[in-house]
Amino acid sequence: MTGKGPAVRLRAVAKSFGDTRILDDITIDFRAGSVHALVGENGAGKSSVGKIVGGYYSADEGSVEVFGKPVTRFSPREALGRGIAMIHQELQLVPELTVLQNVFLGLESNTAGFLGRGDLARFETLEQTCAFGLDPHAKVADMRIAERQKVEIMRAVAREARVIIMDEPTSSLTEDEAERLHQLIARLKARGVTVIYVSHFLDHILATCDRVTIMRDGRVIRTDDIAGETKQSLVDSMLGQASDISWPELPAAPARHIASVVQMENVATETGLRDISLQVRPGEIVGLIGLVGSGRSEVARALFGADRITEGTYSIMGVQQNSRLNVTRAVAQGIALVPEDRRKQGLVLTQTTRPNVSLASLGKISRFGFINPRKERRRTAEMIDHFGIVPGKIDGEVAFYSGGNQQKVLLSKWAVEKPRLLILDEPSRGVDIGARQRIHEFIIEMAASGVGVLLISSELEEVINLSHRGYLMSEGQIFAEVDCRQLTVETALNRIFRQQGAAARTKEVSPQ
Amino acid sequence: MSVVQNSPGSAPRRFSVSPGDFARDYGVLVIIALLLVGLSLISDSFLTARNLLNILNQSAPLAIIACALTLVIIGGGFDLSTGAIFGVASVSAGWIAINVDPYLAILTGPLIGLLLGCINGVIITGFGVHSFLVTLATSLVYRGVAILITGGSLIPVRIAEFSWVGRGRIGMVNVAVILFLLFMVVMMVVLNRTTFGRRVFAVGGNEEAALLSGIRTNMVKIATFSLSGMAAGLAGVIAVSRISMAEPQAGTGMEFEAIAAVILGGTSIMGGAGAIWRSVAGVLLMALINNGFNILNVNPFFKDLTTGVIIVVAVALAASGGKRR
Repeated sequence: MTGKGPAVRLRAVAKSFGDTRILDDITIDFRAGSVHALVGENGAGKSSVGKIVGGYYSADEGSVEVFGKPVTRFSPREALGRGIAMIHQELQLVPELTVLQNVFLGLESNTAGFLGRGDLARFETLEQTCAFGLDPHAKVADMRIAERQKVEIMRAVAREARVIIMDEPTSSLTEDEAERLHQLIARLKARGVTVIYVSHFLDHILATCDRVTIMRDGRVIRTDDIAGETKQSLVDSMLGQASDISWPELPAAPARHIASVVQMENVATETGLRDISLQVRPGEIVGLIGLVGSGRSEVARALFGADRITEGTYSIMGVQQNSRLNVTRAVAQGIALVPEDRRKQGLVLTQTTRPNVSLASLGKISRFGFINPRKERRRTAEMIDHFGIVPGKIDGEVAFYSGGNQQKVLLSKWAVEKPRLLILDEPSRGVDIGARQRIHEFIIEMAASGVGVLLISSELEEVINLSHRGYLMSEGQIFAEVDCRQLTVETALNRIFRQQGAAARTKEVSPQ
Repeated sequence: MSVVQNSPGSAPRRFSVSPGDFARDYGVLVIIALLLVGLSLISDSFLTARNLLNILNQSAPLAIIACALTLVIIGGGFDLSTGAIFGVASVSAGWIAINVDPYLAILTGPLIGLLLGCINGVIITGFGVHSFLVTLATSLVYRGVAILITGGSLIPVRIAEFSWVGRGRIGMVNVAVILFLLFMVVMMVVLNRTTFGRRVFAVGGNEEAALLSGIRTNMVKIATFSLSGMAAGLAGVIAVSRISMAEPQAGTGMEFEAIAAVILGGTSIMGGAGAIWRSVAGVLLMALINNGFNILNVNPFFKDLTTGVIIVVAVALAASGGKRR
């Protein structure tokens, strides 16, 4: 099966940005027709290896061979020409175009440059391989990240790539969608495609991949067959020491009679939420448990004043909000949101760590509108220390940080001035194990200091283990309130799927 | 072996700033330095206090506009109406100087500019239209207003109480230069030391992130456009008082010169990054080219051509730097 020569061969590859050496002495053979995983903490260099193979970065030292031929000047275009396609962690689609237009971008059916009609038929053929069930005419801008990712994958398949690099492909997918992706990978492999799979989800890697390369600090620790590996053996190599995957202890849940920070009664929104009733008390961690598309992020947006509430009541600290609630007013009342898409919605990437950390609390470090630079530097240094942000420079260029460290910078923004309600939407997505643990500790710290926390995560294990209470969601509705201390992932999933089945049945019945 | 092979090539990497990065970040200063050296060698009359002060004095109105425009551009906006606001401020200041009071006229220019800039900002944020379109349209409206005020004619303004702004000196230094330097320092402080300046950077760098951080992004934008209008008004007053003549067409094309200066200095047109000193350097570079052509007595056609080429090179340099990242 993998007896042929390597599809891509890296020999002693090194890469630096300025003073920082991000890859050193990387030697890996990616065997043709195999699924090869790259694992490691964020900042270990996995994505960078992917980008070298995909032509986005050029190696400073060492050699790259593709199907036996050495590569000198490499670009994404040239990589595509040689059959290498990369699916990015930060997706690269044209938002204003449709799914169909994006999938066949640059390879549209045409006669002498005039667009033809064949694309839809080609899309159907592609769909037989991929089985994503996407609407070819939907505009990408209107789609959720998980769906956009599928478009990216279809795009690579449409280009008949012989090597596909997937950078965190499942990070925004639900378990079910991830499973379908893995079936696709199996189909691609059967067609002789080599898949380079960069991921933090060790379960997925163990289930899907043939070989694994473990990286740490820009170096290869080892490359082995996946057979014989366990989650623990991978984690040990990644961290360089034995460590256990554990959940932190939750602070005591606040008493039932304590007044809530936010309360919603029978709320409906223009975004399709119906009959939402929930409350979060100070010091309580409440999880929204549901699959992608169940309306979790929409609840967050409604709480944050980003979407208009059409029915029901919403009160913050006992004060009922009227239709004039907007984001600025919500923030002024102590509601904070750490958004799902940290690069697009969270960080100001043109600026360094210091201004990003201070952004939400400029009032605290200034007098009469003048910023006190000493105070600001001191506070930024404290936050870098508190979260263990790497690199630990006060004016480090956040744009070049790893996902985990970017997330830590984003969290520091709210740690300096404590909000009343902290909404975290996918806080540990695309983040390495070390950063993930730190983020979990942060959630606990915030709750312990009296902040109400609303937690959203596609990883059910994470929401359930970190929450006191939870709301089960499906199709824009909360259908049950649960005690997370008694809930298991299995029961949660079963209840959600049962609910979906029930909803589907009533839908089928109702039109009659 | 590979170590031996690589050592000559990797030697320059010891510097934390590569020559490319340096050229991108400080290219405008390098070109200014080269011009200063070149022009001093070519002409005896160039490197005199008188000539240098003269250059500063002539550039003062444009430099004032460019300083405030920098805030607009860092905030992710674009202001095409500064030339027209300059015109409105010129004629209204001229009219008031003659018919009401010269000192009131000096104040009126910046205040009218502030108002017109504020109107720009309110339309841009209120309707969510791109600032490029809004200021393109308002520039036509404002220019029309300027013509209406004078009925299309020129207003001669020969009043000593008014013309000191553009012509006066304190010691050797022109009042206009002092006004410009003061304005520059104030803008620097505003941009780098105040919470407002920080918000301008955030709004231009990532508006959504700024909004989610509780920043009233619309207010920030309105403020940057108001400042830009105020600067154009102040520049208009200086110009009228200097030439003793208020004309409705004054400042035509100045909006493009100001934008060119800001870009030339290296402030990102994408917003979120930039500095006041850069725009001042951009203005000075353009003024030096101008001065050089005057001294050398070359066909002025080559002046615009040269300025254009330098802008393209500067922008290409900045873009190539951005791409590598």
